[in-house]
Amino acid sequence: MSLFLRLLFRNKLAGFGAVVLGVIVVLALLTPFLPLHPPNETSTANRYLRPLSDGHLLGTDHLGRDLLSRLLWGTRLSLAVGFAAALIAGLVGAAIGVMAGYFGGRTDNVTMRGIDMLMAFPYILLALAIVAVLGPGLMNALIAVAVVNIPFFARNIRGVTVGIAHREFIDAARLAGMGHTRILLTEVVPNIVPVVVIAMSTTIGWMILETAGLSFLGLGSQPPQADLGSMLGEARSALITSPHTSIVPGVMILLIVMSVNLLGDGIRDALDPRLRSGALARPMAATRVDRAQVPPAKGDALLDIDALETQFQVGRRTYKAVNKVSLELKPGECLGLIGESGSGKSVTALSVMGLVASPPGVITGGAVRLEGQDLIGAPYELLRSLRGRRVAYIFQDPLSTLHPLYRIGDQLIEAIRVHDPVSRAAAHKRAVKLLEDVRIPNPAARINAFPHELSGGMRQRVGIAMALANDPDIIIADEPTTALDVTVQAQILALLDELRQRRGLAILFITHDFGVVGQLCDRVAVMYGGRIVETGPTQAVLDAPAHPYTRRLIACVPELGGGRRILAAIPGLPPAVDQLPEGCAFAPRCDKAQDACRRGEVTLDGTTRKVRCLFPEVAP
Amino acid sequence: MTLALKTTDLARTFDIGKRLIGPPRGQVHAVHPVSLEVAQGETLGIVGESGCGKSTLARMLVGLLPPSAGTIEIEGRALDRADPAAFGRLIQYVFQDPVSSLNPRKTIRQIMETPLRRLYGMRGRALDARIAELFDAVNLRPEFLDRYPHEFSGGQAQRIGIARALAASPRILILDEPVSALDVSVQAQVLNLLADLKAEFNLTYLFISHDLAVVEAVSDRIAVLYFGSVVETGPAEKVFASPRHPYTKLLADSAPVVGKPLGGASHGELPDPLNPPPGCAFASRCPRASDLCRAEVPALRRIEGDQFAACHHPREP
Ligand SMILES: Nc1ncnc2c1ncn2[C@@H]1O[C@H](COP(=O)(O)OP(=O)(O)OP(=O)(O)O)[C@@H](O)[C@H]1O
Ligand code: SF4
Ligand code: SF4
Ligand SMILES: [Mg+2]
Repeated sequence: MSLFLRLLFRNKLAGFGAVVLGVIVVLALLTPFLPLHPPNETSTANRYLRPLSDGHLLGTDHLGRDLLSRLLWGTRLSLAVGFAAALIAGLVGAAIGVMAGYFGGRTDNVTMRGIDMLMAFPYILLALAIVAVLGPGLMNALIAVAVVNIPFFARNIRGVTVGIAHREFIDAARLAGMGHTRILLTEVVPNIVPVVVIAMSTTIGWMILETAGLSFLGLGSQPPQADLGSMLGEARSALITSPHTSIVPGVMILLIVMSVNLLGDGIRDALDPRLRSGALARPMAATRVDRAQVPPAKGDALLDIDALETQFQVGRRTYKAVNKVSLELKPGECLGLIGESGSGKSVTALSVMGLVASPPGVITGGAVRLEGQDLIGAPYELLRSLRGRRVAYIFQDPLSTLHPLYRIGDQLIEAIRVHDPVSRAAAHKRAVKLLEDVRIPNPAARINAFPHELSGGMRQRVGIAMALANDPDIIIADEPTTALDVTVQAQILALLDELRQRRGLAILFITHDFGVVGQLCDRVAVMYGGRIVETGPTQAVLDAPAHPYTRRLIACVPELGGGRRILAAIPGLPPAVDQLPEGCAFAPRCDKAQDACRRGEVTLDGTTRKVRCLFPEVAP
Repeated sequence: MTLALKTTDLARTFDIGKRLIGPPRGQVHAVHPVSLEVAQGETLGIVGESGCGKSTLARMLVGLLPPSAGTIEIEGRALDRADPAAFGRLIQYVFQDPVSSLNPRKTIRQIMETPLRRLYGMRGRALDARIAELFDAVNLRPEFLDRYPHEFSGGQAQRIGIARALAASPRILILDEPVSALDVSVQAQVLNLLADLKAEFNLTYLFISHDLAVVEAVSDRIAVLYFGSVVETGPAEKVFASPRHPYTKLLADSAPVVGKPLGGASHGELPDPLNPPPGCAFASRCPRASDLCRAEVPALRRIEGDQFAACHHPREP
């Protein structure tokens, strides 16, 4: 709760809205106890008194009634009606949405068609029609506004419910013996409450406005009862001669709607889990760089990652996702980067081209040199011209690079023409050739397909074709086959290997699968807790791992052909990178750990084979 | 040998492009008639690629999805209606995504209580004692009970999922890719735990996975699924070592193994489920395909010993 309030008030405008609305609500609540004139007391002698006249702070209206009193009573009524309408619309709409979304099928089909039909009418027309049927009156206006807003809630909530109804915990609840009613009440509803609150807080302002609109037309509150809309309506005839009679309720409506909407937006932002994680700020074009010194250039590798440090600064915590990582890639070489989830593989890869989101990501040290040129802190224009042309990425989920609404051909052509100003026809020809290169059958026809029309394996081929579009020197592939089936994985790996031989591509291949590394990579680097713990030629490392972690990780992986057996496990969990232990990060899980391992930094030692361990299994 | 689970011609079709009125636009046979027998205390591994019907089959077995045809028998008793509560005491499910299978707004205690209350009407001290016992069985600390799911790592969440499934005291556990979402080092912890639990509670497992090596390591027998049909079954040590069905052979060759060259076929995909081929579904990718294969669907038959394959021209070992 306090977190919610802190988030809410981080947004200054929302805070302002909350204060204004708070004052108005308090005034409305206190109205019966304030020393005011009765709101409906007429006095023809005092018609159209100006504001600040004796006894009438805001003046009087055409019947000599006190405007301040009418304003406060009117505000009270308008707020009450607006909230009630929002509550009714929210509850009824949510109930419809939950039912339709949870039961799906025919129930869903029929209700949603009905909702669509309601939505097809213009908003105010529908409200007018409802009031015309029910007759004028504040209660009926309330009903009309509520009904008009139900479809909005029903649609929203249905969408959210469909997402929840397909989650596995619903199935689990059914298997635990729960009936539908109980599941709806205890499993589904608690998960949609935030959504309902968000939707209400963002629409309540409009509902107040709509009720005022109906009253303004004389269809809502009936004289002499005051609400803000009817006050405006009655003041219409004296707009020129006594403008204050219109301005007073007008300003109040403005204040209410504005403060409600500002507050509503604030609530939405504070409840939205995505915005909650601190992503309110717009991400920067390239990762922020904040390094004390640049390590001197050395060697002549194609890509030289040198003592790279990337951190995430979230609140008071610092996650050392990448901690002094050094890697080298020569032309035509395939380097495997292997490690468990959270070990920093992806962040290493994304740091190369400044693709880590900032905030919260910061590169705090080291260098990444592409043929000697440092990319860390390079101007955005340079990075952009190199992305795709010299260094291309392939991600685990090809849908993250393919736009779902454009044909794959258009996206390929676009990718080609970003770096190479050729004609569309020439680019088209190259796109077909690319699809052929990645072994997509019938490329001339497939080029017109949308991403969702392709299978996962096909999409990943398109992802590779995109990466190849500008003939890069380096491909960084982040678990490109993890989401694929074994037979498709084998196809993709064979394709990458062939492209490497044919085009002399250098590949940085990120994976958690030793089998894949063994088949594809010349060298391998093992990561643990943001650091490289072992590197060397693949065969040597796999045959005789030097780091205890590498050895035991390999032992965990069952190999096909071993038959039924008990698998070796590593007890415990990988460390959290915001609280790394002193000394060796593997020490809490290592069966060879000594006191020396828990003191001071363990360095990465060796020449072709390097290992970060005081008591390695074999001499590096 | 007593049978824990028996299915007879269990099948499921889905309507595609449903309309408000009138027949659907098409039908997909997600699971073709499948007849399986699983002995008491056995682990049957089920492998196959995504979309081959593994999860549909599993969901029918626990009553989450009504079958279009066929029957399910558990320990000789037929289960004729898709009612998860009736199935729940006999057969339970462990889900692939451990975190998504726990309601984010409930504490672990509330999650654990549900099956005990609903299926066994347990209350009060007996309830607490049973939960403590279950947590002990999956090596979790009791103080976890009052936390919320997001506070757990994948491996811990999966243990909670297993404990919840065990709470129903089932005879059979369906493990649907139970370790795919876990890290390698944690995966082995969970697999070993499952082996211990099986011995302790005398359970029968159906272990579904796309990871051939894992399936081979934990199963007694393996069934290979392709395009909704069982194409091969046999003892775990034989199925991948000497596959009889060409598809099993392709799977085995595709699995990445250190020191083995990159293998598998260079192309080929599952057929279009809306427009299935007339004969063997694997014919377009099969090196041994003949005219007979393209005309007639092969039936599952005994090839040798207890190895069965659905193929007109099975491989020699
Ligand atoms: N946007 C972010 N904000 C805060 N921390 C982050 C962010 N992205 C990554 N991290 C942290 O950085 C560390 C390294 O993450 P990274 O994604 O590189 O791991 P990985 O090795 O690629 O794992 P996986 O195998 O799951 O892909 C993790 O501890 C992660 O929690
Ligand atoms: S340094 Fe010590 S604790 Fe770390 S891996 Fe080596 S032996 Fe184990
Ligand atoms: S039936 Fe024919 S096409 Fe099908 S797998 Fe056997 S040999 Fe191949
Ligand atoms: Mg990653």
